[in-house]
Amino acid sequence: MTTSHTSPNASSATAASAHDPAFLLELYRRLVLIRQFEDRVKFLFLEGSMPGTIHQCQGQEATAVGVCAALAPDDFITSTFRGHGHAIAKGLSVQELMDELFGASTGCCRGKGGSMHVGNLAKGMVPGIAIVAGGIPLAAGMSLAFKLRGSRQVTACFFGDGAVAEGAFHEGVNMAAIWSLPVIFVCENNLYGASTRVDLVMRNPRISDRAASYGFRGETVDGNDVLAVLEATRRAAEECRAGHGPVLLELLTYRRTGHSRRDPCNYQPKDEREAWATRDPIERFAEVLREAGLADAAALARIHAAVDAEITQAIEQARRAPQPTIADLTTDVFA
Amino acid sequence: MKRQGIAEALRDGIAEEMQRDPAVFCLGEDIAIPGGWGGAFTVTLGLEKQFPDRMINTPIAELGFFGVATGAALMGMRPIVDVQYGDFLLLASDQIINNAAKLRYMSGGTCQIPMVMRAPIGATGRGSQHAQSLERYFIGVPGLKVVAVSTAYDAKGILKAAVRDGNPVMIFEHKLLYGSKGARAEPGAVDATSEIPDGDYTVPLDRAVVRRPGRDVTILGWLLMAHFAAAAANTLASDSIEAEVIDVRSLSPIDYETIGESVRRTGRVVIVEEGPKTGGVAAEIAAGIMERFGEHLLAPVVRVASADVPVPFTPVLENAYRPDQARIVAAVRELLR
Ligand SMILES: Cc1ncc(C[n+]2csc(CCOP(=O)(O)OP(=O)(O)O)c2C)c(N)n1
Ligand SMILES: [Mg+2]
Repeated sequence: MTTSHTSPNASSATAASAHDPAFLLELYRRLVLIRQFEDRVKFLFLEGSMPGTIHQCQGQEATAVGVCAALAPDDFITSTFRGHGHAIAKGLSVQELMDELFGASTGCCRGKGGSMHVGNLAKGMVPGIAIVAGGIPLAAGMSLAFKLRGSRQVTACFFGDGAVAEGAFHEGVNMAAIWSLPVIFVCENNLYGASTRVDLVMRNPRISDRAASYGFRGETVDGNDVLAVLEATRRAAEECRAGHGPVLLELLTYRRTGHSRRDPCNYQPKDEREAWATRDPIERFAEVLREAGLADAAALARIHAAVDAEITQAIEQARRAPQPTIADLTTDVFA
Repeated sequence: MKRQGIAEALRDGIAEEMQRDPAVFCLGEDIAIPGGWGGAFTVTLGLEKQFPDRMINTPIAELGFFGVATGAALMGMRPIVDVQYGDFLLLASDQIINNAAKLRYMSGGTCQIPMVMRAPIGATGRGSQHAQSLERYFIGVPGLKVVAVSTAYDAKGILKAAVRDGNPVMIFEHKLLYGSKGARAEPGAVDATSEIPDGDYTVPLDRAVVRRPGRDVTILGWLLMAHFAAAAANTLASDSIEAEVIDVRSLSPIDYETIGESVRRTGRVVIVEEGPKTGGVAAEIAAGIMERFGEHLLAPVVRVASADVPVPFTPVLENAYRPDQARIVAAVRELLR
């Protein structure tokens, strides 16, 4: 029932040395893939190529990558309106995501879901639930199914700091607790719910503390340190698989983009923004890789270039992808 | 007189009511934040400068703060509480339907809940969970008044009437009609601006309004569909079909006096609704017309509504989902054939 607090700069070359170099470079590639995906999508959206609205995760890539890298392929995640990063980290292809954002019938939800609902059940990701906290009881239910079936699967349930105030958080988390369900509750605490800073809406801003009141373990982790997130999630997954779930992970991070569409973030103080810019998860992990002697600047640049080419190709293909036809309007409603 | 959009007119209406009555206050998500947006669609932007103590930003907790608003109203305050998207009313609905709407009756008339609720609705490229038309879920709740505002003039007048009313009043607004500006502007927005008079005025909560007189057919709509119906009527006029367009505006109770006056003359009715056809407000209005004016009908009532599906994301499907001018025109032509 403890709540432990990891120090903010735990990542180091020593932590890196415990891992296979190819695996570490793959983690780096995924971080970059998410960042570049988001940056390109932002541009496409602002230039008017993409319909609807977007919620992006620049600055928070390490939470998605660290958590999903600790999961098995048959584990599941639930996500939110801010799900592009989770999707890429869980193994959805850039193409099926890009197609979805363009509303194409080749998208992961066949153009019916859109940015807020990306997911692919076959790859272990429930379509994003855009009702704040709406995924929390759902994750508990998925894990109840795993428990009833006697499988070793776990659910990692992503939500934001804002979700903690919803009744659905309390109800879902409590049921997971009393039935010891294999759920990792992953709170991405980026200090803001939309424009509202956490200290305006919670007296105790240490979200991991809440776990103890339900009788299970919570932990606050540096969410911009991909290896710290990975390790914390591995521990949590092991506990869940051993029947000692759930676990609450509070991942401290920061959104380096608007809440949605053209939000200029005027509510984020400049000094706060700049302080977090120095803790960017990608730059920090690049530093770790360089210090461990695993990649020099040229090697990292090659990763960036390959990712850039992959996304450029996906955009070109998505622009030409087929749109649904009117006949598709009434399909998929019932089984 | 000044020309304003719905967001601005509501903002002024709220400010004037707060000025007039210290019991009025606002409760909602992302309001009163320096550098913020004034709610999801700028309606309350900047009001915290004038009323620092009465603009209360809430956690994301719709069930909770609709209950808080109900409790405050019970103690004589007059809260104006809003959700960022109408879809989130479903989280608040227990407090709205089981408490706010019923307390008066359950208490034998001793409790009073003077509370205003505001909710933006409408399909706007956001997919299934930020797009629903929620009116249908609230019109059948005894004790609750439901209105829908499609012009800036009505928005301000109805907001003021709702604040002064002694009952819980739900005001539906449409994202494409706000006229929100800057980063919160909506692509595909429709002009709903009005000339707003300088002095105080209210618009009754129980009256429909004839937007365009006509003798051949009565088209009923509200929110965005009132605008599309008016546009369709213009097209039909070039074919010498004179459609009467009524903005139903008051969804509960429904103003059968205004509607009946028209239906008795035209004998033909088309009801336009954004939202699935099954179980919609149009079904209630159609039944109400049949009961009251059935003998005046020259043809069965026609509904133009969305397909019975969740709101799809991609624009081709969303546009097919939402009734448009062409579908209204076609339905009227078919009815008059
Ligand atoms: C039930 C509900 N209420 C309000 C919203 C509108 N909304 C969308 S995102 C958001 C803020 C969420 O904050 P947080 O949970 O911290 O996630 P973050 O945006 O920081 O990723 C709000 C209020 C919503 N989608 N669902
Ligand atoms: Mg947040």
